[in-house]
Amino acid sequence: MSKHPHLHDHEVILEVKNLRVAYGKVEALHDVDLTIRRGEIVTVIGPNGAGKTTLLASLMGLLPATGEIVYMGHAQGREREVETLVRQGMTLVPEKRELFAEMSVEDNLLLGAFDRYRSGHRDQMETMDEVFELFPRLEERRAQLAGTLSGGERQMLAMGRALMAKPKLLMLDEPSLGLAPLIIKEIFRIIAELKQTGVAILLVEQNARAALQIADYGYVLETGEVSLSGPSAELAADPRVIEAYLGLGHKTR
Amino acid sequence: MDLQILLLLGQDGITNGAIYALLALALVLVFAVTRVIFIPQGEFVAYGALTLAALQAGKVPGTIWLLVALGATIAVLDGFRLLREKRYAKLPPLLIFNVGLPLLAAAGLFALPAGDLPLWLQVTITMLVVVPLGPMIYRLAFQPLASAPVLVLLIVSVAVHVAMIGLGLLFFGAEGSRTPPFTEISFELAGAPLQGQTVLVVVASAALIIGLYFFFERTIYGKALRATAMNRTGARLMGIPPALAGKLCLTLAAAIGVFSGILIAPITTIYYDSGFLIGLKGFVGAIIGGLASYPVAALGAILVGLLESFSSFYASAFKEVIVFTLIIPVLLWRSLTSRHVEEEEE
Repeated sequence: MSKHPHLHDHEVILEVKNLRVAYGKVEALHDVDLTIRRGEIVTVIGPNGAGKTTLLASLMGLLPATGEIVYMGHAQGREREVETLVRQGMTLVPEKRELFAEMSVEDNLLLGAFDRYRSGHRDQMETMDEVFELFPRLEERRAQLAGTLSGGERQMLAMGRALMAKPKLLMLDEPSLGLAPLIIKEIFRIIAELKQTGVAILLVEQNARAALQIADYGYVLETGEVSLSGPSAELAADPRVIEAYLGLGHKTR
Repeated sequence: MDLQILLLLGQDGITNGAIYALLALALVLVFAVTRVIFIPQGEFVAYGALTLAALQAGKVPGTIWLLVALGATIAVLDGFRLLREKRYAKLPPLLIFNVGLPLLAAAGLFALPAGDLPLWLQVTITMLVVVPLGPMIYRLAFQPLASAPVLVLLIVSVAVHVAMIGLGLLFFGAEGSRTPPFTEISFELAGAPLQGQTVLVVVASAALIIGLYFFFERTIYGKALRATAMNRTGARLMGIPPALAGKLCLTLAAAIGVFSGILIAPITTIYYDSGFLIGLKGFVGAIIGGLASYPVAALGAILVGLLESFSSFYASAFKEVIVFTLIIPVLLWRSLTSRHVEEEEE
């Protein structure tokens, strides 16, 4: 547990053991274990209400959780604050995107780098160019207000804004939600591309087919528990997963 | 009524309106970012004016003791937390900002012949002593309740207001003060005298509003405040802590209040409790803007100023009544035209 762990490939970025989250007396997550390594895409699939969003919210410090969370080699205390986690390179693209609707695309991106700016990094313009390279559409729309963007562009902006923080762990909550198939394909192509930059990606999805295609490892979350896990190719071939989540063409959920 | 009276009243109305506009902007800002209806806004006006008056009379203003006391309280509260969490590196800045600097300021006030200093230096000292009270009050009164409902925040806000009025009486006494004008220049406009001080108030208010516009449109911290007002969760996910936004916002609100107080101190006599009424008129302006729109709030505040000055001419006994009655048609119009929005759950 050195203070500045050297980054190797396959270094463990996040390790979660026995994670429990409760809303009052109702337990939404019980004993979830999860591991994410550098440069790896890990996906969590499962039906509505399985606790996928709760999982991300608790990892990001938005909800109190019990259990063991080790991030970048540091065991996390119980008082996890969103701001501290952002400083340590964790970002979440929430399901509702949470954009700043009455601000321009450019200002939204700029605020993605707020914490880096505050901690003395003044490279936000270069980072923005990198984001524009990844999402050329955003550059065309840079002066437009975020609230006037289409659904796909909003998702791109939410992801671009998260990337402005130069994250080590990027968590995406249902990036395909409400988007047209062609846009989904584009978004997933970009997620796969991001993997090359070495960022660890935790992808929560209902669109199991698309998620398993680009992920290295997958977990199936059902009613707050991990029911299955394994390399995504194996999961995609598992009859139980095919039955419940992939369908055979006519049985898509 | 002849043109001369019209001009005089208009001049008076616009001067007061400019001050109300500044306060209205501060109220909208604080509400948008923290959801606090900042009743003590007016107290900063009175504290600013009376602190300046005390300095000019060669006295040590009582506000410095409040600064020292609040700073020490924060140092104790945050110091214990830092010690418990073993974050020792943050201790020195905490102590320097909350204990060291206030004590240094107090020592400076005793050592310096404040009454003989040039005016701009007295103004600077006033700002330095009173403005930090804003973020300190946020830290002590509002930060622990950051996610409380608007009503709870309003009750705390009223409590802070009452406490500040009481302390104002203690610090400055019951007598009012008026500071000498910044400038003695006087112009003539269509037969009516135009005071240099009046022009100064309007120009300074306009300059401050333009400065605020640039702060919010051009700087990343200004944008972060707007972002917090627009989407709290989104802002937190960007690493913009609500506490930082709250402190920054109350610093601005306090600065606007103190600045307004300094501007009007030569025009009207300010008592320890005058701030409330002045703040309330800014609040009427802010309500006209629906506590959301900056330009409408500013225009509304100027309207309040004009209405006040004309009604003081025609029906001076009903001056305040007329101004505050304005709020009823505005609220009616607002509630009829805007659709009701449920309070957002955090």
